[in-house]
Amino acid sequence: MTWRAALERQRSLLDFALLALWRRRGKNLSLVLVYGLTVFAIASVVLLAGALRAEAAAVLAGGPDVVVQQLSAGRPALVAAEAVARLGAIRGVSRAAGRRWAAYADPVSHATFTVLAPEGFEGRPGEVELGAGAAAAMRWKPGEKVGLLGEDGRWHFLEVRRLLGEETALVSTDLVLLAGEDFERLFALPPDRFTDVALTVRNPRELTTVARAAVGALPGGRAVTRPEMARTYEALFDWRSGLASVVLLGAVLTFALVAWDKAAGLPADERRELGVLKAIGWETGDVLAAKLWEGVVISVAAFLLGVLAAYLQLFLAPAPLLAPVLRGWSVLSPPLRLAPSVSPLELATLFFLTVVPYTLATVVPVWRAASTDPDAVMRS
Amino acid sequence: MTLLEAREVHRVYHQGRPDEHEAVAGVSLAVEAGALTVLSGPSGSGKTSLLTLLGAMARPTSGRIFLRERELTSLPERFLTEVRRRTFGFVFQQPNLVRGLSARQNVMLPALPLGLDHAALGRRADALLEQLSVGHRARARSDWLSGGEAQRVAIARALVNDPEILVADEPTANLDSALSRQFMAIAADLKAAGKTLLLASHDPIVTDSPAVDRRVAMRDGRLEGP
Repeated sequence: MTWRAALERQRSLLDFALLALWRRRGKNLSLVLVYGLTVFAIASVVLLAGALRAEAAAVLAGGPDVVVQQLSAGRPALVAAEAVARLGAIRGVSRAAGRRWAAYADPVSHATFTVLAPEGFEGRPGEVELGAGAAAAMRWKPGEKVGLLGEDGRWHFLEVRRLLGEETALVSTDLVLLAGEDFERLFALPPDRFTDVALTVRNPRELTTVARAAVGALPGGRAVTRPEMARTYEALFDWRSGLASVVLLGAVLTFALVAWDKAAGLPADERRELGVLKAIGWETGDVLAAKLWEGVVISVAAFLLGVLAAYLQLFLAPAPLLAPVLRGWSVLSPPLRLAPSVSPLELATLFFLTVVPYTLATVVPVWRAASTDPDAVMRS
Repeated sequence: MTLLEAREVHRVYHQGRPDEHEAVAGVSLAVEAGALTVLSGPSGSGKTSLLTLLGAMARPTSGRIFLRERELTSLPERFLTEVRRRTFGFVFQQPNLVRGLSARQNVMLPALPLGLDHAALGRRADALLEQLSVGHRARARSDWLSGGEAQRVAIARALVNDPEILVADEPTANLDSALSRQFMAIAADLKAAGKTLLLASHDPIVTDSPAVDRRVAMRDGRLEGP
């Protein structure tokens, strides 16, 4: 057979397979839906785990190498500016920066935000930048004024400059960024006092040494290195994706059921149809090829449907099914918006784990039915 | 000229089991090219079994089948299928059309795995349906066809690969007298067009038709008479 004829043969068999699917459209549509739902559940977990890892990586990428806190009777206390200078003088530290941040319990929305005065705040005094969750919780929009209750018992009104980007939405969602002056006014903080100190270290292998030296330079201090922070994030995110894996288990079981049902046998009318095809001159291989196309069409349709639905619910809709799992820890209950992060390798793995076993499961009973003698039709 | 020949063929079902049954018991038969041969006999006489053996649909338990000088019995399954679809067209007792497909799609079915040009195949199916006077029903779903229409679509399907031999098992069993006569008229036309026809039937409209060249009577798996 020439390649052109082989191509034409496959086209004809695919045509036949599509017609066969259309003829049993009720059954096949429900099959695609159940199968698609399974893929949806599995894909949700795979995409979620990927997105969480991306979030963690994004958070840590911009983070300091060592964070030093002052403790007073075991409680975090403020760090004096001269202590920052002392930490900066430690060998191996290229930079020491005092940071100002505080947890702020909003009396109106009853949510807790993280208020932070970053070093390079792009706005002017009197302006704030909000994480998506904080903005939604207070129904703030850019251009509007927000009221924050200060240490002095008065309301401080600041203009919303912009909402923060979505690349680290899950962790930046509760952020309120403002200028240093506003932070000092709001929390009645002297200009030479900081919440903690961020150190930049030239050589990553010196992190532990620097941390030890920092504790020595700041009596009663505590130092946390980047790998320690990474472990904390990892534990948090692993716990979340672990919980979601329970959903995965259910999905895999459903999928096994569907595949088993297919492998168990063919309905009588399909078996009869295979007999007719054999009797009118189809080879076992022709019948198998046509049925293989049916399996491919069903499973690819279900795969695309499931993955697309999972993508939409995770990244475009506020993850209605997985959000409760993810935000149970937070008082803020932010609308969850994960930044899209799709790994082609994971998608390919998902494809092979769903499409291939299903397609094979459909072919086995067909092969059994198709290898019977064609004269069975004559005798029926 | 002999086109198809059976030599001492036996066909035993459920061999070695308590319900063992010999449907064909040592039959030798030569089918002439271009002739219309009818296997007749009561139900259970072995007509259908002999027909499936001659049509390369099943292998004999013993004995040999020849197509011209080529022995079919020893061919591997793949080659046998190839011979079957190039040489034989089958019409069954029931039309056995695939439900949900149109008449035209049913006619095209046997040729789909051959990798022929789809459009040309469609035209060929249309021409055959037209030739058998069911062209106007080409787009109708097979389950909406009347018994006579379904039968003619089944004949068109048997002819789509332009086989040398048309094999039909009780082709008039589900047809009324008028449609049965119509079938025999079609059979006569096909014979006139150079086809070899091999029918199994106990319907007098078939067996007594003037188009029949040879009648072979069967009983208990054996040939009767000369």
